[in-house]
Amino acid sequence: MRGATHAKWAAGALAVALTATACGGGGGGSGGSGGSSGVLSSSWGDPQNPLEPSNTNEVQGGKVLDMVFRGLKRYNPKTAKAENMLAQKIDTKDSTNFTITVKNGWTFSNGEKVTAKSFVDAWNYGANLRNNQRNAYFFGQIDGYTAVHPDSGSPTATTLSGLKVTGPQTFTVKLSQKFSTWPDTLGYAAFAPLPTAFFKDHAGWLAKPVGNGPYTIDSYTKGSQMSLRKWDNYPGPDKAQNGGVDLKVYTDNNTAYTDLTAGNLDLVDDVPASQLKNAPADLGSRYINTPAGIIQTLAFPFYDEAWNTPDAQKVRTGLSMAINRKQITETIFQKTRTPATDWTSPVLGTSGGFQAGLCGKACDFDPAAAKKMINDGGGLPGGRIQLSYNADTGSHKDWIDAVCNSINNTLGNDRACVGRPIGTFADFRSQITQQKMPGPFRAGWQMDYPLIQNFLQPLYFTNASSNDGKFTNAEFDKLVNEANAESDQPTAIKKFQQAEGVVRDNMAAIPLWYQNGSAGYSERLSNVKLNPFSVPVYNEIKVN
Amino acid sequence: MGRYVIRRLLQMIPVFIGATLLIFLMVNVMGDPIAGLCGERQCDPATAAQLRHEFGLDKPVWQQYAIYMGNVFTGDFGTAFNGQEVTELMGTAFPVTIRLTIVAIVFEIIIGITLGVLTGLRRGRPADSGVLLLTLVVISVPTFVTGLIVQLLFGVKWDLISPSVSSAAPLDELIVPGLVLASVSLAYVTRLTRTSIAENTRSDYVRTAVAKGLPRHRVITRHLLRNSLIPVVTFIGTDIGALMGGAIVTERIFNIHGVGFQLYQGILRQNTQTVVGFVTILVIIFLLANLLVDLLYAVLDPRIRYA
Repeated sequence: MRGATHAKWAAGALAVALTATACGGGGGGSGGSGGSSGVLSSSWGDPQNPLEPSNTNEVQGGKVLDMVFRGLKRYNPKTAKAENMLAQKIDTKDSTNFTITVKNGWTFSNGEKVTAKSFVDAWNYGANLRNNQRNAYFFGQIDGYTAVHPDSGSPTATTLSGLKVTGPQTFTVKLSQKFSTWPDTLGYAAFAPLPTAFFKDHAGWLAKPVGNGPYTIDSYTKGSQMSLRKWDNYPGPDKAQNGGVDLKVYTDNNTAYTDLTAGNLDLVDDVPASQLKNAPADLGSRYINTPAGIIQTLAFPFYDEAWNTPDAQKVRTGLSMAINRKQITETIFQKTRTPATDWTSPVLGTSGGFQAGLCGKACDFDPAAAKKMINDGGGLPGGRIQLSYNADTGSHKDWIDAVCNSINNTLGNDRACVGRPIGTFADFRSQITQQKMPGPFRAGWQMDYPLIQNFLQPLYFTNASSNDGKFTNAEFDKLVNEANAESDQPTAIKKFQQAEGVVRDNMAAIPLWYQNGSAGYSERLSNVKLNPFSVPVYNEIKVN
Repeated sequence: MGRYVIRRLLQMIPVFIGATLLIFLMVNVMGDPIAGLCGERQCDPATAAQLRHEFGLDKPVWQQYAIYMGNVFTGDFGTAFNGQEVTELMGTAFPVTIRLTIVAIVFEIIIGITLGVLTGLRRGRPADSGVLLLTLVVISVPTFVTGLIVQLLFGVKWDLISPSVSSAAPLDELIVPGLVLASVSLAYVTRLTRTSIAENTRSDYVRTAVAKGLPRHRVITRHLLRNSLIPVVTFIGTDIGALMGGAIVTERIFNIHGVGFQLYQGILRQNTQTVVGFVTILVIIFLLANLLVDLLYAVLDPRIRYA
């Protein structure tokens, strides 16, 4: 039996191979001792754009910026309120001219002092068209923006005329129009200060960014891992409670979740939709599900005549009433979404402008009323609607199909609504930009900063940056302008809510649900929280 | 032989140009990639124009292709959207995937051919039927199912391996993913070898070798196996390219930062430079592997000569 010996040999080789991997696998977990020196590992996605404060517009890059940078303001991880960080004070008399004093005693981790110039240089860099910064429009309110960032042609200036350094720690900002809540926007990462090393050796800085936050970057292998370590000399009040964080890029968040359950990873800040059902059982109290400043809506192509008539408004409202939000959020999203009753987010709090129930009856599931409303409006344009979405990420297909089902059941016509998948996010976006949407489409909005202004102006103001449906309403624009000019915060918020009323009356977009951040962590960690942007508050995590 | 190789190498040029052009057009048809760079909002027109210019997307497609090919011949594969050189991405991704592919090929050769010879010599016996049934199961179960089950059992339930591969991706961590990647091809190699061996056991030269009184292992390895390997080598050769490209699924499951991962991201982000660059290299590998297979024929069977 020669063959048998061969088989034995092969089986033996396989056994050896498996043992070898077992040895290799054991070392994969994150070691290190506990306490304030413990290092935790966390899942990460490959940032899409170069890691510069004014070039980062997605969560993965933002996560890093939140750890290595501190700006003039910081949003309280619990209450989302903008609080002074590096800002000593921000004064204004007319909501247009601001004098900013930067606190003394702050340095970058390379020892360089953080001065007024660190901010002004960084902002000028961010606004300049030549630097291709994806977040340049954040500086759009500052005087002189059109000179450094014209809509077409080349820039005629390299610095914003509205920015002036007036002392080592003071500078003034002149806005092109009144914007009373502007200081509260300064917690956004795009407004972070930059050290001179950034300008002197740009490539070197990108390879290993240097900031002024509680962590420093120890090593960065693009596309696979970033090791951040606690910066011992960090001067701020929010020192890191752990020794550091290893951000590991995962090819798939399902794998990250599997690694967490196998004990190889400490923190997953994006539990995949397919695991939401198992997460509470797998993780128990180590599963977090808290509200984030994200709202999901259905936008309409107002550039299409059929959707932009008084009758169409009835159809839009009817469609809103035809969607069973409660059922969808419970069955598809396992309660990680909350049915929306206004166009903002609960993280703002009632004092910040969130108003539960603002939408009223129009957001209640009521098939009979919905059917009547749609029929009153002359029925669906063209007899049926297509809901467009990108099929490459998230579980958009699932809920779009559910929404269509809900509409079809309401109208008693199973061909009334169909999903229209688009292969990639880029293609989805490009069809939106080219105004090619044949019907309502998915529109998600994650806030940049926790202000009611951020949920309304970019989305519904005439020609605003994220007004994908090209909604336009003079009354809304007027109210937003008035609100921005109002120096008394509560009055400003009232105005914004009036503007939101205009959005409701026109059903400019159907609010679907508020999104929660979902995360899970290992037994080694405690004090894990998600901030209102659904990013873990890394510096407060304790490693046991 | 030398002239044959040169002729084959020259034939690669049109194939190479055609393949890259096709990929280039395919990625281009997908639409404007810049639109996806600014998140859920429109890039402001000036920045979009600037980015388009930076990545050379403002020129007509034929011109983009010409410029791209010109750069490729100087070793410049362009820049990915995150500011990294595509050559840098290749430098990190290809070694990992090549390691994974080698593990897979080694499994195919060792396990596949061994099982093939064993079953081929025992046609119709229970061992043969057992292996046939097993390979049938392996072939019919999709790789991602095998991968996820293996990951769940070995990684989570029994804790024998780490469910994900670390970013350095050393050889020992790649053994299980390599086995998963190889599984389907492995089954084919087994079946191919089995059929080929079973056919040749009754051939004249084997009878002659046995009649000469050669020891059994020599008959099998020198005479029977060598002649039976030609279809198997063809399959394994073409499989090299398929494995490297097909690693997309395995790499995603086991968190391997190789070619599959980069291609997947490139396609999602519609990053022409990344996708075309990686596919270009894959095309070259595929062509070279095919050439190697053809040259191996002559080694296995001296009757096959190349003028």
